[in-house]
Amino acid sequence: MSPLPGILKGLITTARTALRPTHTAEYPDVAPELPPRSRGVIALLEENCTSCMLCARECPDWCIYIDSHKETIPATTEGGRDRQRNVLDRFAIDFSLCMYCGICIEVCPFDALHWSPQFEYAEVDLLDLLHEKDRLAGWMASVPPPPALDEKAAEPAEIAAANRPARGAGPAGGAGGSGPRMPRTVRPRAAGSPRPDAGSPPPDAGSPPPDAGEASP
Amino acid sequence: MSLLEATLRAASVLAAFLVLPLLVGQAEHKVMAHMQGRLGPMYAGGFHGWAQLVADGVKFVQKEDITPRAADRWVFRLAPAVALIPYLLAMATIPIHPGVAAVDVPGSLVLVLAATSVGALGTLMAGWASGNKYALLGGLRAAAQLVSYELPIVLALASIAMAGGSLSLMALTQAWSPWWLLWQLPGGLVFLVAACAELQRPPFDMPVADAELVMGAWTEYTGLRFAFFLLAEYAGIVVMSLLFAVLWLGGWHGPFEDTLGWLWTLLKGFGVAVLVIWVRVAWPRLREDQLQRLAWLWLVPIALAQLLLTGAGVVMGW
Repeated sequence: MSPLPGILKGLITTARTALRPTHTAEYPDVAPELPPRSRGVIALLEENCTSCMLCARECPDWCIYIDSHKETIPATTEGGRDRQRNVLDRFAIDFSLCMYCGICIEVCPFDALHWSPQFEYAEVDLLDLLHEKDRLAGWMASVPPPPALDEKAAEPAEIAAANRPARGAGPAGGAGGSGPRMPRTVRPRAAGSPRPDAGSPPPDAGSPPPDAGEASP
Repeated sequence: MSLLEATLRAASVLAAFLVLPLLVGQAEHKVMAHMQGRLGPMYAGGFHGWAQLVADGVKFVQKEDITPRAADRWVFRLAPAVALIPYLLAMATIPIHPGVAAVDVPGSLVLVLAATSVGALGTLMAGWASGNKYALLGGLRAAAQLVSYELPIVLALASIAMAGGSLSLMALTQAWSPWWLLWQLPGGLVFLVAACAELQRPPFDMPVADAELVMGAWTEYTGLRFAFFLLAEYAGIVVMSLLFAVLWLGGWHGPFEDTLGWLWTLLKGFGVAVLVIWVRVAWPRLREDQLQRLAWLWLVPIALAQLLLTGAGVVMGW
């Protein structure tokens, strides 16, 4: 009776499954729990868009349409120069062509495009899938906050840059430099005057400068 | 028996015949779904899809009734009735309460056996008359399966008849004692397996094996006639489950059997039906040769041994 253990195993497996909670997602009644990086639809943050056209150019199937015009901003100071800026007239994505590759989102230098997990925008007619900027902007509300970094991930580049001690800073400059440091704007000294800490040796020359440990990584 | 009483009995059997298979079918939907980690029907009727099979029935009624041109017209159209009606007859003879059965005849065991065999002929007729090679293959497989599995069923029931000393289902249930649970156990297992095969239920559904034979003998059927075949399958489950509950599990025997006897019969029968469903979910379909092997090398010898054991028991007065 060699098949008997297998037969009993089959019965036990099905019975155990029957006693566990089911996996069914009752979708129209219960909203699905989507992971934060779901590629549902592409949302547009219109204020960030500079009409630079990078997304439209990189799009593999040319489904992004951008129209813009230039506006002149009068000079704010006396004798200053007028400036020009781009004003976005039309930003449309044809979701009947879009293949959800996300390249437009990757290339946008100003974070104007975002993935939203929203996916309920099916239409009866294919032609109705061309969505203009007001519809795209409406989806910004459903964009989740960016997911937290992994526990041991490296610092984001901009934070790491802000935390790095200024180059050439001596022990005085880097004293207690563990907190975030504001980026330097203007050198406080007049050119030609001797630097206060570079000319004179540090007060305690025998010990290594306290900054060395921080600066090396 | 007056005409009124006969009408009442017939009507009640018909009602049971229309309700119980639907209950089993709904139980199959739900039990199978949960065994596969699903929910099953949830919408029809509002509460957990209780009206799913009613909705299915309405759908079947709306479909066109097609008879293929190559079909043997009369046989083709008669086959669903031949498959369905014998189970109605068989259901009428099953005692559900002390002294209560719709039809109480002295040889009801033989009647049930004969009726269920005729029911299986419906599949054969459908397969032969469809004018379709898949249907023909399905019908032939059904024929081979029925020839093999009638025998263990008859032998297992003969053992019960010997133990109870009667051919009447009512008298056999009366004679049942808990000791039979052990004494008649091998025959009971043989009956369960053979009944599954007789009903062409998975894992013995080679005659309808939809992956190989489309739908076997039912391939060409549409609409209400197809629904009748499905109803016959579930009515068959009800009949076989009640038969097992009555003969091997003691039918109405239980606490307060004078008032609650019918409930015990139905509960036991429902339990057996759930077991039949469970088996369907758990195991894959057997191959045709494995089917024959199981019947002739295992079931028939075990049933014969049970017959010997029962004979010894009866002679020694257990």
